[in-house]
Amino acid sequence: MHKVYTKLDRIAGNVISLEADEVTYRELAMVRSDLGDSLAQVIRIEGRRVFLQVFAGGRGISTAAEVRFLGRVMQVPFSDALLGRIFTGNGEPRDRGPAITQNMIPIGGPSVNPAKRIIPRNMVRTGIPMIDVFNSLVESQKLPIFSVAGEPYNPLLARIALQAEVDVIILGGMGLKHDDYLVFRDTLEEHGALSRTVMFVHTAADPTVECLLVPDVSLAVAEKFALEGKRVLVLLTDMTNFSDALKEIAITMEQIPATRGYPGDLYSQLAARYEKAVDFEGAGSITALAVTTMPGDDVTHPVPDNTGYITEGQFYLRNGRIEPFGSLSRLKQLVNNKTREDHRSIMSVMIQLFAAYRETLEKQSMGFRMSPWDVKLLKYGERFENEMMDLSVNIPLEKALDLGWTILADCFEPEETGAPSRLIEKFWPKEIVKKEEEKEDQETATK
Amino acid sequence: MSKNTGKIIGINGNLISVAFDQPVVQNEVGFAVVGDTRLKAEIIRIRGTSAEMQVFEDTTGLSVDDAVEFSGEMLSVHLGPGLLGQIYDGLQNPLPALAEQCGFFLQRGTYLAPLDNKSRWTFTPTVKKGDRVRAGDAVGTVPEGIFTHRIMVPFRMRGEYTVETVAKEDDYALDHAVATLKDERGDTHDVTMVQTWPVKVPIREYDERLRPTEPLVTKIRIVDTLFPIARGGTYCIPGPFGAGKTVLQQITSRHAEVDIVIIAACGERAGEVVETLREFPELTDPRTGKSLMERTLIICNTSSMPVAAREASVYTAVTIAEYYRQMGLNVLLLADSTSRWAQALREVSGRLEEIPGEEAFPAYLESVIASFYERGGVVRLRDGSVGSVTIGGTVSPAGGNFEEPVTQSTLKVVGAFHGLSRERSDARRYPAIAPLDSWSKYPSVVDDEQVERARRSLREGNEINQMMKVVGEEGTSIADFIVYLKSEYLDSVYLQQDAFNEVDAATGAERQQYVFGRIVKIIDTPVQFEDKDSARRFFQSLTQITRDWNQARMDADEFKEIEERIDKMITEVTDYA
Repeated sequence: MHKVYTKLDRIAGNVISLEADEVTYRELAMVRSDLGDSLAQVIRIEGRRVFLQVFAGGRGISTAAEVRFLGRVMQVPFSDALLGRIFTGNGEPRDRGPAITQNMIPIGGPSVNPAKRIIPRNMVRTGIPMIDVFNSLVESQKLPIFSVAGEPYNPLLARIALQAEVDVIILGGMGLKHDDYLVFRDTLEEHGALSRTVMFVHTAADPTVECLLVPDVSLAVAEKFALEGKRVLVLLTDMTNFSDALKEIAITMEQIPATRGYPGDLYSQLAARYEKAVDFEGAGSITALAVTTMPGDDVTHPVPDNTGYITEGQFYLRNGRIEPFGSLSRLKQLVNNKTREDHRSIMSVMIQLFAAYRETLEKQSMGFRMSPWDVKLLKYGERFENEMMDLSVNIPLEKALDLGWTILADCFEPEETGAPSRLIEKFWPKEIVKKEEEKEDQETATK
Repeated sequence: MSKNTGKIIGINGNLISVAFDQPVVQNEVGFAVVGDTRLKAEIIRIRGTSAEMQVFEDTTGLSVDDAVEFSGEMLSVHLGPGLLGQIYDGLQNPLPALAEQCGFFLQRGTYLAPLDNKSRWTFTPTVKKGDRVRAGDAVGTVPEGIFTHRIMVPFRMRGEYTVETVAKEDDYALDHAVATLKDERGDTHDVTMVQTWPVKVPIREYDERLRPTEPLVTKIRIVDTLFPIARGGTYCIPGPFGAGKTVLQQITSRHAEVDIVIIAACGERAGEVVETLREFPELTDPRTGKSLMERTLIICNTSSMPVAAREASVYTAVTIAEYYRQMGLNVLLLADSTSRWAQALREVSGRLEEIPGEEAFPAYLESVIASFYERGGVVRLRDGSVGSVTIGGTVSPAGGNFEEPVTQSTLKVVGAFHGLSRERSDARRYPAIAPLDSWSKYPSVVDDEQVERARRSLREGNEINQMMKVVGEEGTSIADFIVYLKSEYLDSVYLQQDAFNEVDAATGAERQQYVFGRIVKIIDTPVQFEDKDSARRFFQSLTQITRDWNQARMDADEFKEIEERIDKMITEVTDYA
């Protein structure tokens, strides 16, 4: 039987404190106020005084509010019945379905023993050439999408979710706009993917602190599915909101901020979540894709900066396209040698030429003379941007590689590309070559 | 003996306050008891009758009034044969053994013996009855892989001792007493093959500390030639994410000419450690022909493992490094990344509510970093042999800005600075060490004058390149343009190195001297071209050929052939005016 306390001595922001006995660290409590019940978690104990963060926020809580300690840590239900369902950050149904209370599992479990990890080896195909060809996503990878507000990062996540070859999709929404949440739900439903999806959604209208639970809840469920042998894709959007919630609590607790108000343990907090991405030997895997919005498009902002040090690469989303420079998949070398023999060469050749195109653009804007080579590059760059980079392009990897050769053949002579001659012989489109030869034949004939 | 126990009176994250009534020691280890689990913790501050302890585990479920058992010992490591090839966490828990016992996850409160006490080693005595010995003196040796592991009088035994008995040559278990020593009062002490030592105290059982002067060859050209490291020296590698810090350390750990490499993966990605874990046993050490793992030890406390243990991990690593140095071996300690360690200090300092310094790092950050790097060094032991600990730490500056406290405090105490630049890594110029900003105080493996000439070429080339960005190629004189092309040539064929090519990945000192001399000569040769285009074309093909040269074995005919072709190309364009 748990005692009920009714005497709060401090309410500041979303943190309350009271005197209580036999409370354990990180224990949950139920706080009753006029606005309804809310879960709260113990975040500090000083003698008899206990500090709790209230997930629904401190608003409307009376100093005489009932606080009942539950004697357990935060848990979520786990079963196959979760699939196709939508929950709030603390595990209550958001759709009209019944609450699930069986088989509760704790969240925020211990980290995986590094000696038990294996080197990732499987590619996750997405149908997006900028990912598949240039920065392949690898099973068990953790990758953020760096972008500014207003970029179509949520539609991109939804597309990856639909097209990725995985068994279970878990979406953790933090501070999601309500319309975005509906878009996610409807898109997944339309394409019949909802039945293999579990959504934990915290919308912008919900109390801020609640979003702190979303990554832990999502990853705890993902981990269970993975241990059952499922390949799980976890989508988290947006981790900047999660970090802001951490900041809010830290400031309320009068912690000394490190950079720009964020707590000193931001790196450890983010790493504890991202490092859940894993490939279990003999079981399933967790691949994590997260959105990190960069305030003011500043990659040195503490959230993207710390994230970059933790994750295995990053995608930059800029002007509605995945930017080839800066974007990086640190694990692509592990898989792109097993796809098709021309994969690596197409990847480096096309990027080098695209870099040259960007330089030419710069020269052009400064008014320098355009050489015949520059003209070729300009043509190439335009085709590359429209046919490869555009997010609406949706083709499998092999088609994308073929398309790469077609674009190269349309714009350059084989030896101008710097591709290995062995591959040129095999993959350089013969028809175009033939066409040109015919043209030359005709020209000589007319002469 | 009654156990000294205290009671928890406060919990804040991984910091607990504990009330005690019997004496306790600063940095003493204690165990917080929660149910059946005992969580390791260390005292970091004492005030009146309460002590603040950092817990090396998740503190969920701890409660006020829970007991804390003090051990009376400072945080220590076990030292003895069998350390090499091991994979430990920050507290010297063997991770593979832990995986066998607990499965996929790290279960808190599970501590296993770092060394297997039952393992047997062939002991050969080096002292006889009646010999006088002191702490750090060998009483015998055991073979450990390719090394002769000295079994030493425990470092914590002060004063002089007389050997009473010593075991004869045979196989013994690790915890078997191989010698008994008598102190001045006549008490006897057993010496086993394993001893413990507190990690935060340097081992000082040597005659003299020497100046680090002998180069430590890493086989990375830009390092050995331009920014060399010395045996017993210290260096740091700061760089933004994605610039290749970890890859650079991995390459170093493979090719560096030292006896033992200790890798401290401190608060970084688990995936990167896994690559080392899985690949090293497969790779052969070119010097011994044995598996690389036999000379490697990994201390692995990745980013999602408990923060306080991360702080301990670099000390665990350096203590083991010092232990092997005591055997007259050259040890290289690679810490990746010291910023994560500094952040662990910051987290604890914040919870202690200490007055913060810059960016909330504790005010003592500088002295802590300094005393860590000072544990590197080359020493002459009492038996005349020389051993060294070289420390290389990566730094992950926030926002890639080198002006932050960790980078700045580190720069003050290290002997070489390998600054990685985002620009170079974006341009795929690896290793991305910035040639104009980095420095080293140690002697190079090549001739100093030639190095100076190369530096000048790089500086001038850079200036011309900057100018060209404003005035365009049209506005640059052909003489300047050639200076620029030469510096680019030097950069492409010497500073850049292909880590994936078997030959190019590791360039020994002798080859560096030869090739560098040749390239500096090319840079010094006056050349003449009709126009810029022909100059560019010439250097493009020269670069291509020189790269092929880099990939040819030095003893192969190909090497000579390509060299002759290069000579011929140069002669054709030399300006004899």
